[in-house]
Amino acid sequence: MDLSNEKLIQMYRTMKRIREFETKAAELFAEGRIPGFVHLYIGEEAVATGVCANLKDSDYITSTHRGHGHIIAKGGDLKYMFAELFGRETGYCKGKGGSMHIADADRGILGANGIVGAGHNIAVGAGLSAKYRDTDQVCVCFFGDGSTNQGTFHEALNMASIWKLPVIFVCENNLYGISMHQSRHQAIQDVADRAVAYNMPGVVVDGNDVLAVYEAAKEAVDRARNGQGPTLIECKTYRHRGHFEGDPTVYRDEEEVKEWLQKDPIPRLVEFMLDNNVVTEEEIKKIDEEIAAEIKEAIKFAEESPFPPVEAAVEDIYTDIVEEVRS
Amino acid sequence: MKTITYSEAIREGMRKRMRENPNVFILGEDVGEFGGCFGVTGDLVKEFGEKRVRDTPISEGAIVGCAVGAASTGLRPIAELMFIDFVTVGMDQLVNQAAKMRYMFGGKISLPMVVRMPTGAGSRAAAQHSQSLEAWLTHVPGLKVVYPSTPQDAYGLILSAIDDDNPVVFLEHKLLYAMSGEVDLDIEPIPLGLADVKREGEDVTIIATAKMVHEALAAAEELAKEGIEAEVVDPRSLFPLDKETIFKSVEKTNRVVIATEETKRGSYAGELAAIIAEECFDYLDAPITRVCCLDTPIPFSPVLEDYVVPDSKDIIDAVKKLL
Repeated sequence: MDLSNEKLIQMYRTMKRIREFETKAAELFAEGRIPGFVHLYIGEEAVATGVCANLKDSDYITSTHRGHGHIIAKGGDLKYMFAELFGRETGYCKGKGGSMHIADADRGILGANGIVGAGHNIAVGAGLSAKYRDTDQVCVCFFGDGSTNQGTFHEALNMASIWKLPVIFVCENNLYGISMHQSRHQAIQDVADRAVAYNMPGVVVDGNDVLAVYEAAKEAVDRARNGQGPTLIECKTYRHRGHFEGDPTVYRDEEEVKEWLQKDPIPRLVEFMLDNNVVTEEEIKKIDEEIAAEIKEAIKFAEESPFPPVEAAVEDIYTDIVEEVRS
Repeated sequence: MKTITYSEAIREGMRKRMRENPNVFILGEDVGEFGGCFGVTGDLVKEFGEKRVRDTPISEGAIVGCAVGAASTGLRPIAELMFIDFVTVGMDQLVNQAAKMRYMFGGKISLPMVVRMPTGAGSRAAAQHSQSLEAWLTHVPGLKVVYPSTPQDAYGLILSAIDDDNPVVFLEHKLLYAMSGEVDLDIEPIPLGLADVKREGEDVTIIATAKMVHEALAAAEELAKEGIEAEVVDPRSLFPLDKETIFKSVEKTNRVVIATEETKRGSYAGELAAIIAEECFDYLDAPITRVCCLDTPIPFSPVLEDYVVPDSKDIIDAVKKLL
């Protein structure tokens, strides 16, 4: 493995930033300070982190309703993310998108998405664009196991494979499409098996092992950059929380949850780093403190930011037309 | 001036922009060597190659979605759907993605893309290849919807549609493809949101779209024989809508017939009627009347289809009832 200590620490930092962001988001939501829905990424941090550690700012990602982790791993700013969750003018989307629609074109983040499976085809378009413009950009399409039953999954993988597009399809198999266990929503255990139908590599990795995810993604990203086409990577993982905050999770038993909590990706990376003398416990503690301070600062920024003026509701629909306001 | 068809006018508009801007490209089913199901893309693949005139699998969701992804990353795609009826299959990408991304992302992204859709009845193609679904599309904030009635308008409007930085749905009436007309290929693009008065008159305003513009003009000629002078207004773009030209005509004639090929219930014709009723009520001397398809799926048998789809006679009857 060619991972430098610096890279490992960077990945730890990313995973921990996601974990702390999501933990705070859960608290704020429970306190009624964040409106709408939130779908948290806690437990799945190794996937976004291991994949995005292979990407450049100019590369693209498409994300999902459970998108905070992807945005953070692709370099999103926690201040603007929290501000968006709070519906403030300073948020990534000026308060018009909320949790499910955070995007940052400057970092190639083509948006979280509220429609399950909608990102697949957009990722193909971004991949086509990269190839058309003759750049070495790639696009990573993140999605869950549930979305692999949408027609868009088939359309997109087919199109990406016939045109050999630089797209990496990353399935976060967290075992459930909302309440429906994978065994009830598809007759296969490995989503990666479906890659055969598109004549592309299908890889299964332990999605709670950030090093394994990093390696698999590296190979796929290299293939994509070299013009060898798309890859389907399936990361076996688990969401610690419900589908959304407030989900009573009656559909899964405590034993299963306990078993997966043992496989928490963050302590696993910490153990690896300590065992291999990458960092000391003191250094980890220092990183954690820095992240806690960053989160605190980001929430302060969000809460102190103004709400958008109501007239902003009619702006940004078109580049050149502002709709009429209520008279 | 050159005499070309409506279909050729659209092609020449695309050719012009593709020559000028390497980021403009076409994707759709059978648009390449085959030249498009209705022949609109024709020989473009010979000039621009398969990279820029790209045949796709039969995957309407992916065609529109691919355009969304490409448009949001620097290209200017023109997607062709073989029939407007197939937009149902790509509707999520059009309605939930293309139309909403700019807004959801706080205006930080633009989507310069065109989706072309052959529309309308009359080709004996029955219920899944004959619809006029403009009301679905105009209903969605974030989309612009254009529907030309002549070769010159088709040419001027496709240029504007390609130049636009927003998703534009470009409707093309299938029965107009073969219609010839004089086209000035050197004109400036026709701005979206500019209606055209196709015939002037004082007694009644007929607002019509696409093929119904020609039915309205035929009706006007017949009515003129009886001393009734109808003004025919073609909005050309349904959104943005040129209300000013419409209101000016209504203020002059005080009577309105709206003729579209949609099924009447929930139609864009109804929207036009509501706009006029809300904003021009004081100028009206008679109820606003809609001439639309019957509220049925489009039937196959020519006898049935011709009964369901309105023509100039229906417009004449409607006008006479108002006078």
